[in-house]
Amino acid sequence: MYLTRLELSHFRSHRRTVLDLDARPVAIWGANGAGKTNLIEAVSLLSPGRGLRRAPAGDLVRRQEAIGWRVGAAIRSGPEVHEIDTRAEPDHGRSVRLNDKTVPQATLARVVPMIWLVPTMDRLWIEGADGRRRFLDRMALSFRPSHAEASLTYEKAMRERNRLLKDQVRDPAWYGALEAQMVEAGAAIATCRAEAVARIQQAQDGAQTAFPVSDLAVVAPEGMPELSPTALEDSRPRDMAAGRTLVGPHRADLLAVYRDKGVAAAMCSTGEQKALLISLVLANARALKAGLGAPPILLLDEVSAHLDAARRAALYDEVVALGAQAWMTGTGSELFADLGARARQIEVVDASGESRIRA
Amino acid sequence: MSDGSDRIQALIDLMARLPGLGPRSARRAVLHLIKKRGALMRPLAQAMLDVADDARECLVCGNVGTDEICAICRSDKRATGEICVVEDVADLWAMERAGVFRGRYHVLGGTLSALDAVGPDELRIPRLESRIAEDGITEVILALGATVDGQTTAHYISDRLAGREGLSVTSLAQGVPVGGELDYLDDGTIGAALRARRAL
Ligand SMILES: Nc1ncnc2c1ncn2[C@@H]1O[C@H](COP(=O)(O)OP(=O)(O)OP(=O)(O)O)[C@@H](O)[C@H]1O
Ligand SMILES: [Mg+2]
Ligand SMILES: [Zn+2]
Repeated sequence: MYLTRLELSHFRSHRRTVLDLDARPVAIWGANGAGKTNLIEAVSLLSPGRGLRRAPAGDLVRRQEAIGWRVGAAIRSGPEVHEIDTRAEPDHGRSVRLNDKTVPQATLARVVPMIWLVPTMDRLWIEGADGRRRFLDRMALSFRPSHAEASLTYEKAMRERNRLLKDQVRDPAWYGALEAQMVEAGAAIATCRAEAVARIQQAQDGAQTAFPVSDLAVVAPEGMPELSPTALEDSRPRDMAAGRTLVGPHRADLLAVYRDKGVAAAMCSTGEQKALLISLVLANARALKAGLGAPPILLLDEVSAHLDAARRAALYDEVVALGAQAWMTGTGSELFADLGARARQIEVVDASGESRIRA
Repeated sequence: MSDGSDRIQALIDLMARLPGLGPRSARRAVLHLIKKRGALMRPLAQAMLDVADDARECLVCGNVGTDEICAICRSDKRATGEICVVEDVADLWAMERAGVFRGRYHVLGGTLSALDAVGPDELRIPRLESRIAEDGITEVILALGATVDGQTTAHYISDRLAGREGLSVTSLAQGVPVGGELDYLDDGTIGAALRARRAL
């Protein structure tokens, strides 16, 4: 599973960038502001959602040229090649075409399993549960693409319910109709998450890796009842006072404990926290490879930050052993010297406000 | 811009508000109409005026026609005791084209959506409840979309109708795209979905 071609048009700092690729990892280096993260953000839009910066479609267009952006890619998956085209016109949401047919975004999860790590996630273990839940959901989605539909259904039904709560509507049949769907979709979400954790746990246990093993658990806030029609019904008065839904998988959290030290991830050093994240991403990729026969695409922005030279070399070896097309960025070529020809090396430069690839 | 081109622009702006048309296709359509002024544009304008004068919603079911009560609601043959509940008139017309359903219809005119401020009263749901009592209905078939709003509406109606004696509430077989989408289905698929309906 890898991109053979990537085309960016009017995407952030890239006016037009075209890359022809093989299955190797892609090492992208260049100065601050050159356009490295923008490049892998474009790749992240080949999966459902808002991409690795969670930016609205309107922010992605090249400034000054409000004519809409486009990202095109050819993806080889075994003997097949899929063409993906995603774009947004000004004031429109993003649309997706797969092999020349318009498809819902969620379809992308079936074509391109993808996982990413970005610098903002360096604080994942110490910040709020939102980020950890999103990380968990990305992993769940990679194993089970239907997680996307379940999440969309759940979110939509919950937003509807939250509106009823805010408007102080008291029609029990209306609440019941929404809650029935929340319970069904919520159960599917919980199952996908539990499965993801189990598979990652298993992939960590069996692996030869330089990265630390962690024990994972999906937990609910204290005192939150399990999601059920009665739990939601009972929670209506409290929820109405709060103006939002207080019961359900949207409040779950992911806990990790550094196994060898018996220390919660939040209590680990900065470098250790990063190593734990990388470890999970690699375990996820190994588990997917075992299941699907092909590793996912990995996007690792500034991955070498906080890693010492030994860990960095180990990461490269593991990525190469996995056979994953891992897109890694860094500020200087020396960071990727260890990879040599095992990776495609790409330099990105800024040419008066326009990102260019230097051959 | 001169007066004349202002008027043309106003026409384009109106056309662009039609479903399926954007500014670009509206411009193309208007240019085409102007070119075929005699053969197309005038007859179209006349037809629009006529329909604007005559068209109305059936007081009973919400179907669109030119009579106060539509032909389906007037026909005794259609009094089978079954009512098929659809979101849009387009769904009703698709069912009729397929010719597989012998009962009557109830057009909701949308789906429940708190976010869009569409509640039960905006949807002719109270009218559906009174029809069931008045017309001796024995089965309500929900042909609503697989979207969250469509399913919320289906759950809501079945909840409101629960416990009525001698009434069953069913739904078209799952996996059938309905809700403005019946229109795209061939007759055989609609027939199969109707035969495979299940109790809610
Ligand atoms: N919509 C946009 N239009 C034009 N330029 C943009 C847009 N969005 C971001 N940029 C610019 O793109 C440039 C490159 O950003 P990017 O985040 O890709 O840099 P980078 O190479 O990853 O740098 P760093 O090493 O600092 O992370 C920045 O100068 C940014 O201001
Ligand atoms: Mg960057
Ligand atoms: Zn009628």
